[in-house]
Amino acid sequence: MAAIKVHGYHASMATVMVLCCLNEKEVEYELVLVDLPTGAHKKPEYLALNPFGVVPTIQDGDLTLYESRAIIRYLAKKFQGQGTNFLGSTLSEEALVYQWCEVEGQSFNPPALSIVSQIVFVSMRGGSTDEAAVEMNVEKLEKVLDIYEERLSKSKYLAGDFFSLADLQHLPCTHYLVNACGKGDLISSRKHVNAWWEDISSRPTWKINFT
Amino acid sequence: MAAIKVHGYHASTLTVMVLCCLNEKEVEYELVLVDLPTGAHKKPEYLALNPFGVVPTIQDGDLTLYESRAIIRYLAKKFQGQGTNFLGSTLSEEALVYQWCEVEGQSFNPPAFSICTQILNVPMRGGSTDEAAVEMNVEKLEKVLDIYEERLSKSKYLAGDFFSLADLQHLPCTHYLVNACGKGDLISSRKHVNAWWEDISSRPTWKINFT
Repeated sequence: MAAIKVHGYHASMATVMVLCCLNEKEVEYELVLVDLPTGAHKKPEYLALNPFGVVPTIQDGDLTLYESRAIIRYLAKKFQGQGTNFLGSTLSEEALVYQWCEVEGQSFNPPALSIVSQIVFVSMRGGSTDEAAVEMNVEKLEKVLDIYEERLSKSKYLAGDFFSLADLQHLPCTHYLVNACGKGDLISSRKHVNAWWEDISSRPTWKINFT
Repeated sequence: MAAIKVHGYHASTLTVMVLCCLNEKEVEYELVLVDLPTGAHKKPEYLALNPFGVVPTIQDGDLTLYESRAIIRYLAKKFQGQGTNFLGSTLSEEALVYQWCEVEGQSFNPPAFSICTQILNVPMRGGSTDEAAVEMNVEKLEKVLDIYEERLSKSKYLAGDFFSLADLQHLPCTHYLVNACGKGDLISSRKHVNAWWEDISSRPTWKINFT
């Protein structure tokens, strides 16, 4: 069986999250470089795979699939019998995985990604950080993290006592917040969120990408 | 078996989307009113169910579940053998459902929801619509809808030739855009998007909520 192809960029956190997932599931893959700095993701060859022009996109046999959250969900299902069990053991546990995946996508990511965009990406493109926008989004994120703190005081991971897709989805953006934006205090000031972050960011399949 | 309880509000289109899903799956439910105008969703009784203080939330036996996209995904799985098949017939089709669900959540909804918020919610709270913000988000949404137009010229529905969760997820916000924000031209100006919208918004399980 041909290895899964991952079209992505080694410094794209969404790509790294998919690679981390493949490693956790003990699945062979081949990384095909999409050279973001030279605009490869906006060229016709890549747009034919992913019309939204973002990385990553995977090819598994006849299936071409994009959106990193959809990719990891597909991998978790297809390889449910091997490696890390990302979906829990019952349908109710799986439902809670979906719930916290949506919390990440709808409540955590928008303010977190805005902060990362303003502090890291805007200046990379020659603009200047909008501090008011950062402050507004930090406020929003603080409220979300207060709810996480409450949840994680009762549950080792977000969906339950098992590492799931929901925790995995938080790795990319939080990595930037802590390591590139100087916003680590958002995490470290909350006892249970901090313990959770230390735990999930220490997984060898994630850490190995940053050595 | 006790009917599923849906804590929601009849005029919340996300609540309506979950009810539509339950009807498509031919599943019995009980709607428990959360009176948004009187702030019921921010009171301790409701926050104990959903700490994010938004509707809807469902209770199915011991499971309490929120995030409307997670709820419909759970229902589609739990009741896979009955009613409308929201997940396709193969794992690859299911993967494409996930992909287009994420496109809705990450690319369609942010600009669409911002438009609706500016035009509908802001004046309701006593503020005035930020026309520049509306224009910027209309521009973003146009680019996304151009990709939809291309996709829907080759595929009857987003994930394939079957009505799926991905199409269902577009009903709430698009309903507001077309019927309450005066932005119907975004849809009607695109031949295949228009045909798709006419089709999905005409499903009896959706239409019945607006008669």
